[in-house]
Amino acid sequence: MLEETGPEWLSEEVKTGTTIIAIEFNGGVVLGSDSRVSAGASVVNRVMNKLSPLHDKIYCALSGSAADAQTIAEMVNYQLDVHSIEIGEDPQVRSAATLVRNISYKYKEELSAHLIVAGWDRRDKGQVFATLNGLLTRQPFAVGGSGSSYVYGFVDAEYRRGMSKEECQQFVVNTLSLAMNRDGSSGGVAYIVTIDEHSTEEKVILGNNLPTFFDQ
Amino acid sequence: MKASSRLLNSSLSKLDGSIHEQRMRSGTTLREKMAAAAMVPIFGQNVSDKYDLVPDWTSREVSTGTTIMAVEYDGGVVIGADSRTTTGAYIANRVTDKLTPIHDRIFCCRSGSAADTQAIADVVTYQLGFHSIELDEPPLVETAANLFKASCYRYREELTAGILVAGWDRRKGGQVYCVPIGGMLVRQPVSVGGSGSSYIYGFMDSNYKPGLSKDQCLELTAAALSLAMERRRLQWRRGQTGKHL
Repeated sequence: MLEETGPEWLSEEVKTGTTIIAIEFNGGVVLGSDSRVSAGASVVNRVMNKLSPLHDKIYCALSGSAADAQTIAEMVNYQLDVHSIEIGEDPQVRSAATLVRNISYKYKEELSAHLIVAGWDRRDKGQVFATLNGLLTRQPFAVGGSGSSYVYGFVDAEYRRGMSKEECQQFVVNTLSLAMNRDGSSGGVAYIVTIDEHSTEEKVILGNNLPTFFDQ
Repeated sequence: MKASSRLLNSSLSKLDGSIHEQRMRSGTTLREKMAAAAMVPIFGQNVSDKYDLVPDWTSREVSTGTTIMAVEYDGGVVIGADSRTTTGAYIANRVTDKLTPIHDRIFCCRSGSAADTQAIADVVTYQLGFHSIELDEPPLVETAANLFKASCYRYREELTAGILVAGWDRRKGGQVYCVPIGGMLVRQPVSVGGSGSSYIYGFMDSNYKPGLSKDQCLELTAAALSLAMERRRLQWRRGQTGKHL
C-alpha cells in the first residue's frame, strides 16, 4: 500500500477520448473530429488527426483506444489496397466498412475501438457506415466517442435531410465545438475532411476560430 | 489485514459468477494481481445463483433515472422533468411528479435517489415555512437553495441527490440554483440535471440565449426533455446498460 507507483498517466491506457462525426450529403460526405489524446488526466497529444485515410476517397474516424483504432485503420488500409489492385478499380465504401467490421467483430473482446467509415464511390455516391461493437450499418450520419453523448440531443434536433455541402460542414463544426466544450476528453482543434466526386479536401480549424455559444 | 480480506472478497465475487459483482481489474497494482493469482481454494458450487429466485430489481435502490431542466427568463422561471422512476430495469412509477413545491413561488426538481430527494425536500419545506413565518414575508429563492445545500453537503457521504431549485422572489426575480451531488451551490441562467441530461448539453448550449421570453423557454424545455427521453428510451431498449442516476 505504501509503494511508489509513479504518476497515474504512465500506467493508464492511452485513449482517444473523442468526438467524431460523419454525415452524408448529396454527392459526398463530411467527416469531423477533435484532436485530443488522453492518458488518464494527461493530454499526451493535443493535435492528433483522428481522420485516417483508408483509400483516396474513403476515410475513417478513430475513437476509443488509440493503439487499437490506429492498428485497425492501418490493417484495413493495407487490405483495401490489395483488394483494389485485384479488382482493378477504386474500392466501394461498403467494402472498406466490411473490412473494418470483420476485424472489430472477430476481436471484439480484445479491442476497444469504434471506427466510423465514410467516403464516396461511383456506385452509391456518399455513404456513412457505423461499425460499433462489430455491427455494420449505413446511416445518414453517425456520431461517436465520449463527447458524442453530449450532442445526441443537438444532432437529433438539428439534422435535416437534403442539406448542402456547406450546411453539412457547418453542422459538423457546430457539433464538434459543442462537444469539445462539454467533454473533458475532447478538445484542441477540429479536423474536417470533405470527400466528393472531384476532390478530397482536408481542413483544420484552430481553437479560436471555432463557433462559440452563449456562455463563452 | 484489510488488504487480505479485500482480496478474499474480490476472489469470492469472481467465483460467484454474478455480473453484478464483477469489478474492473485494470486499476490493480502488480502486487495485488500476484497475490490474487497465488491463492484461494475453490468453494462448493451452488445449485442456483441467489439472484435467480427473485428478480434483481427487488434489491436495487429506487432511483429517478431522470432528466430535469430549469430556465430563467425576465420575470420568472420555467421548470420541467420527465416522469419515470426505476428500480433497476423495472419502471416503478411512470407518472412521477419530480417537480416538488417548497413554497408558494419556489419549486425544486429532483434527481437521483427517490427516497433521499423526497426526504430532503420535506425537511427544507418545513425549514423554509418556519423561516418565512418568522420573517413575515415570502422567502428568497437563494434562501431555499442554501437550505438544500446545507443538507446535501452535511450528509453528502450518505445521500445521492441532484437538485435544481427554481423560483421567483421580489428581490432578484426569476432564479435557478443548481445543487448537484456533493452539495455545491451555484446559480445558473439555465441548468439541466439527471442521468438523461448528458444527451442535451449540446442542444442546450446551442439553443439557449439570454433574453428569451416565457413561451420560448417553455418550447426550449419541452424540446430538450423530449430529445433526452427519446435517447434514454433507446438506451433502455438496447439493453439496460445505462447508469440509473
